[in-house]
Amino acid sequence: MDALIALLESNDIFTPNTLMQYWGGLVTTVQLVFLSLIIGLVIAVPLAIMRASDNPWLSRPVWVYTYVFRGTPLLVQLYMIYYGVTLIDGIQDTFWWEIFRGAFYPALIAFVLNTAAYTTEIFRGAIEATPRGEIEAAKAYGMSWARRMRRIVLPSAFRRAIPAYSNEVIFMLHASAIASVVTIIDLLGAARNIYAQYYAPFPAFIFVACIYLILTFGILGVFKQLEKRLLGHLRPR
Amino acid sequence: MGQQVAPLIATDIHKCFGELEVLKGISLEAHKGDVISVIGSSGSGKSTFLRCINMLEIPTSGDIQVHGEKVAFKTNRRGEREPADMRQVEKMRAQLSMVFQGFNLWAHMTVMENIIEAPVHVLGISKKEAIERAEEHLNRVGLYDRRNYYPAHMSGGQQQRAAIARALAMNPEVMLFDEPTSALDPELVGEVLKVMRALAEEGRTMVVVTHEMAFAQDVSNKVMYLHQGKIEEYGDPKEVFTNPKSERFKQFIAPNY
Repeated sequence: MDALIALLESNDIFTPNTLMQYWGGLVTTVQLVFLSLIIGLVIAVPLAIMRASDNPWLSRPVWVYTYVFRGTPLLVQLYMIYYGVTLIDGIQDTFWWEIFRGAFYPALIAFVLNTAAYTTEIFRGAIEATPRGEIEAAKAYGMSWARRMRRIVLPSAFRRAIPAYSNEVIFMLHASAIASVVTIIDLLGAARNIYAQYYAPFPAFIFVACIYLILTFGILGVFKQLEKRLLGHLRPR
Repeated sequence: MGQQVAPLIATDIHKCFGELEVLKGISLEAHKGDVISVIGSSGSGKSTFLRCINMLEIPTSGDIQVHGEKVAFKTNRRGEREPADMRQVEKMRAQLSMVFQGFNLWAHMTVMENIIEAPVHVLGISKKEAIERAEEHLNRVGLYDRRNYYPAHMSGGQQQRAAIARALAMNPEVMLFDEPTSALDPELVGEVLKVMRALAEEGRTMVVVTHEMAFAQDVSNKVMYLHQGKIEEYGDPKEVFTNPKSERFKQFIAPNY
């Protein structure tokens, strides 16, 4: 511990003060990414079911949504929500203003809409890949549509979707760095402040890159455990 | 018919796929303990007929009656026939367990989970009781030691026996078998037929679509031969196989090598 403090005191950049800035950025990044992913996941499940439906009145609107949000850059979506919504006439007088005048919630909304679109398509593919015979067996054993969904189709689809979804989680973590362009001090925002303070790009950005790497490593570990527990039926014995 | 209600009556089933009429009026009455083999060359409509019985295909016309209850139909806006009440169909399906050619076990569940799934979530039996019963059925089909395996980790014969245990766990009125041995390697056919023969001997009511002539001849008490969507021959297998009336059936059972 003493050695660590000595080390910190001997260098100019990684002082306790800057480390606290990085820490603050880490907390913001994790909050943003975690909340986006959780909310996005909750939204994506019903949307994926609609998107996989045979009824065009259900699947078409969802297709339009996922097409738009997967077809445009996240940064554009963020600008539209952050700069655009605040300029809507009269919004300053409503309770929405409380949400939209800061940067955190606009960024969160942009991230949620974006990740939900990708997650919807991942789940849709997994739902459509459910073996027909398994659905037929569920019908033949007297399961209603809702019960088939809940007991057979979704559990089987979620498992199939895990590898693709782990990619989406990592993309989301990395995409969250653009939150820093709308004044949010996330990990990258903290790194940029420190770079500006000391004019030391390499230490500032390499350090933050390492934090992203470690986070990615952690995410990979979590998904590896998930796959081990939930995808046993797909592994050769 | 006597005092007992027949577990399954299918009356004058027709099925069209577009212009093509696959079934041209098939009727079948299964009494308790009947083992009815449905045979015929591919394209004769035998699988379609079986799938009409539990409404995996909706018959274009004709009626299905399970334990005295007739399935109600209505015509939808597009003029197609469909069940009037899906709940009635679900209730009826729960009394007709089906064993598929491709096993169709739920791949993400172990054998045990496959077997207790419908009893717990459709019939509403407690999980504990369902597991106890499943263990019995697993012993019957000789898979007790494989109960925690996933389907993909077992041979085809084992998977089909697990599927039969799943069907038994519903305690069905009638068991429907859709070519249960057609997807199996020849050396695995025997183990499945043995289980089916044991079920027949204990008095289960079964309708079996099959290519196994020996099973049709020795195990079943009625044989139905379909040709181009019509019943060509029907009756006691001893009678039918030794003294066939239809010329086509004669050719069908004649050795062709």
